[in-house]
Amino acid sequence: MVTYIWVFFLIVGSGFMIFTGNIEGLNNQILKGGADGIALLMDMLPLLVLWTGIMKIAEDSRILEGFSKLVRPLLSKLFPSLPTNHPALGYIASNIAANALGLGSAATPFGLKAMECLQEDNPKKDTATEAMITFLVLNTGGVTIVPTTVIALRMMYGSANPSEIILTSILATFTSNIAGLIFDYIKRRKKHV
Amino acid sequence: MFNLSNYIVPIFVLSIVIYAFHKKVNIYESFLIGAKEGLITTFKIAPAVIAMVFVTNIFLNSHFLEFLFQFLTPFLNQVGIPISVLPMALVRPISGTASLAIMTNIFASFGPDSFVGRLASNLQGCTDTTIYVLALYFGSIRVTKTGHALQAGLFADFVGIVVAFVITFLFFG
Repeated sequence: MVTYIWVFFLIVGSGFMIFTGNIEGLNNQILKGGADGIALLMDMLPLLVLWTGIMKIAEDSRILEGFSKLVRPLLSKLFPSLPTNHPALGYIASNIAANALGLGSAATPFGLKAMECLQEDNPKKDTATEAMITFLVLNTGGVTIVPTTVIALRMMYGSANPSEIILTSILATFTSNIAGLIFDYIKRRKKHV
Repeated sequence: MFNLSNYIVPIFVLSIVIYAFHKKVNIYESFLIGAKEGLITTFKIAPAVIAMVFVTNIFLNSHFLEFLFQFLTPFLNQVGIPISVLPMALVRPISGTASLAIMTNIFASFGPDSFVGRLASNLQGCTDTTIYVLALYFGSIRVTKTGHALQAGLFADFVGIVVAFVITFLFFG
């Protein structure tokens, strides 16, 4: 699926740039595209390394295990295919918690780690499992309770009440996530019938 | 504004370290092992990130989306949807930085407390960058057959965007 997106973006983007005569722009994009990717990676690298280090401490002191026990009742409903003591659940819970608090950059390492854990039990390594898809849906939905970046920017641009959008954005993000989860649930049911 | 989220990260880190110390975990050793895993993960996701940033940039810079809006404008005017916010809604699932840039633009030209400003705020908060997250997470573990993940993610985005429009009308319209 990612292949299609990739090819679509590349062909439509390049095609339209050639069509509109922006061949210089296209050249420029092709030549500097890699540098932008590296720049993004360099932004992520320190955070990833630090957080996986901290989380390893949490894992070794069994905090992660305790945390996943705490959220197990809720998560096992969302991920029926995972055994209740699956190690990925702790990371999934941490990822959702970090996302909810608007700490997107802290959430990514947990999410990647959760995916790694899920992949270990995956019989077909190139195919996404049900649990992976549900986790992805939760993540792409971005369950944000405190949209910190938005509030900070609103403040910067002199809003009289920067945080007035918290409630409305919670409503929007929850509906969106529930819609995604229902979609996922229906698809899963269909497959099992 | 008192920003609670400023305290969350330090408290989180400190409690883990203090608890681990109390449990006599070899903290330094654990950190090094974990940090090494983080380095390896970064290398694993590097190809996916570079690949995705590359094509996303080409796609966004081709201004193909703006070209599409021209045809949508008359219809949207009739429904009363502000044009300036539309590129943001379409870019949101593709690139977080791009949609953030559009939001900042809207704040600068209309103000964050304008209707469009509030709408943009809600759009930014309602969902995450589906396509990027999908490419990153599945790319990191080399999963290419992603099932219905993209459809579900885009469906959620669509619902989120529609709901953000409706809610902004209801609350601030």
